[in-house]
Amino acid sequence: MSLLKYESQQREPLVDGDKDYHQVSEDIIGPIEMKPGKLWYIGFFIAQALLIIGIYSVYREVAYGIGQWNLNKTIGWGWDITNFVWWVGIGHAGTLISAILLLFRQGWRTGVNRAAEAMTIFAVMCAGQFPIWHMGRVWMAFFVMPYPNTRGPLWVNFNSPLLWDVFAISTYFTVSLLFWYSGLIPDLALVRDRAKTKLRKMLYGIASFGWTGSTKHWQRHESLSLVLAGLSTPLVLSVHTIVSFDFATSVIPGWHTTIFPPYFVAGAIFSGFAMVQTLLIVVRKVMNLKDYITLGHIEAMNKVIVLTGSIVGCAYLTELFIAWYSGNPYEQWAFFQSRANLFSPYGWSYWLMMFCNVVSPQLFWSRKLRRNITVTFFMSIIVNIGMWYERFVIIVTSIYRDFLPSSWSTYYSPSIYEIGFYLGTFGLFFTCFFLFAKFFPVIAVAEIKAILKTSGENYKVKMTQMEKEDAEKFYLDEVEHAH
Amino acid sequence: MAGGIKKFVVGSFTDEAVLFPAVKNVRKAGYKIHDVYTPFPVHGLDHALGIRETSLHTAGFIYGITGTTTALGFITWILVKDWPLNFGGKPHFSLPAWIPITFELTVLFSAIGMVLTFCYLCTLAPFVKKHHFHQRATDDRFVMAIECTDKTNDAEVQSFLQSTGAQEINVQVAETGWWIGTYDREQKLYKEEKGY
Repeated sequence: MSLLKYESQQREPLVDGDKDYHQVSEDIIGPIEMKPGKLWYIGFFIAQALLIIGIYSVYREVAYGIGQWNLNKTIGWGWDITNFVWWVGIGHAGTLISAILLLFRQGWRTGVNRAAEAMTIFAVMCAGQFPIWHMGRVWMAFFVMPYPNTRGPLWVNFNSPLLWDVFAISTYFTVSLLFWYSGLIPDLALVRDRAKTKLRKMLYGIASFGWTGSTKHWQRHESLSLVLAGLSTPLVLSVHTIVSFDFATSVIPGWHTTIFPPYFVAGAIFSGFAMVQTLLIVVRKVMNLKDYITLGHIEAMNKVIVLTGSIVGCAYLTELFIAWYSGNPYEQWAFFQSRANLFSPYGWSYWLMMFCNVVSPQLFWSRKLRRNITVTFFMSIIVNIGMWYERFVIIVTSIYRDFLPSSWSTYYSPSIYEIGFYLGTFGLFFTCFFLFAKFFPVIAVAEIKAILKTSGENYKVKMTQMEKEDAEKFYLDEVEHAH
Repeated sequence: MAGGIKKFVVGSFTDEAVLFPAVKNVRKAGYKIHDVYTPFPVHGLDHALGIRETSLHTAGFIYGITGTTTALGFITWILVKDWPLNFGGKPHFSLPAWIPITFELTVLFSAIGMVLTFCYLCTLAPFVKKHHFHQRATDDRFVMAIECTDKTNDAEVQSFLQSTGAQEINVQVAETGWWIGTYDREQKLYKEEKGY
């Protein structure tokens, strides 16, 4: 038996059950070829309802102006930028799984990378909505592009972190989309070749770009994936670094900290993995993909959650220490009065954040809890609530009491249109995700096939048997020679 | 672009462990393997077939430095020459502040350029129609196509392929180039030649 790679038999299988190549295709492509179930329609309907709420909220904001939101002179950034950073952060897990884990040669990424990358793309789409509609006069949005214009030409300010954001987010979206789609092409070709109806054959034929599976094409495809992974790795770190620069390069106490880039990146991966868990726990159940997204996958992601959650916790404590150590009264006010003081107006949100992000993930030090689906699902929601509050705390508590007490804001709470807009992005996200789950292979079929013989359960059993026999034979030979 | 009509002896394998020795034997016997179509990237198959390494990554590097120079050149021209603005008394040429955008454009150029080059080299595009030697080459079959010349004895190639462990051996005639077509139309040019 000529195996191309060797994987230790100590590792748990990544694909459960008795599978061969054809069975993998059947299991993953099968749900696409069937009519969606009742749950899919219910979910899609709810997503549409949320999307409509969002469209109406955005319409109000555009038609009546930014005053539809409860932002004011002191709190210029509220729910909108909180939601922006939250959604961008969620996107980061997909790139981490598809790019960084590819470079680290983590076999388990194959089961989850396709769905996680899709999540990245949809999350970045949702994130982009917030700064765009926050512009108020959205029909002027193209002013952020550096193009020769009749106003001078007056160029954009390349020294501004807000413009860096424009470049970072649009590059991130484009590169993620290219990476995702280039990986999809071979799998779409599989759907095309399995298609029974003419329409499906035509549509997937167009989408799969005429892929044949030629060896040379695969060689180039591998090279492309590797380089795109190499590009995406610093890219994903740069994106949240640049998002953190929106705050860190300002002089507002609470924002003006050098710790922000690594702290934001860790937080982004933390919340992103939580969202991947939320989605995949549902997907594996509804689409019956438990053999491909195994408890081992969920455990691996929970390990990342406890690691990044602890990095985030470490960053929170560092911030508090540095605020005290700096001796700067403004810094100390921001951290110890506006945030950590439970009895200040937003103190509750700081401690909610602390609990959700730092305390609760520590449960995952227990292997039993890491492998428990119910606990994982519940925790994934808790973590995402916590990470939303992190951004809320950073943004709102730093600015609601500024240097001039006369302009201290009254308590900021969102208007129904701010809430509606946020709900609307959930609608957009889940609309996209439901369509993706219906029409695209949610697991990278070709990649699963490539690891099947090293990591499939049935092959592992055979391999263990062979190794044992070999070891026995070796031992007997040795004994014989000794005499 | 089209490479003309050629005849191929096609056989499929169900296991890559059988495919590898077969590739070796077929090449040793002096037959020209047109291509092997696999459902997933089989590592080492490119070397077994004697295909040279791809230089796609070099193209990616060139696109990347194009992005770097474009970004730096463009921003420098704008902020130093075309419309110098005084931002808090800082120098017009403030390189550290341009690093984020320079980096993003490097990645963007490299990624877009590489994907387009990849599609160009592999002739991948919407509406491209190619000849598929086996319907399950994307599913679970490893399909080997051996190119025939006028002097090739098809029957001999077929029996040789059989001996290497291939299944479903047949002879197909196909155009080796590519062209643009639609999926719903029956391709007249392709037909399976019977009687071989």
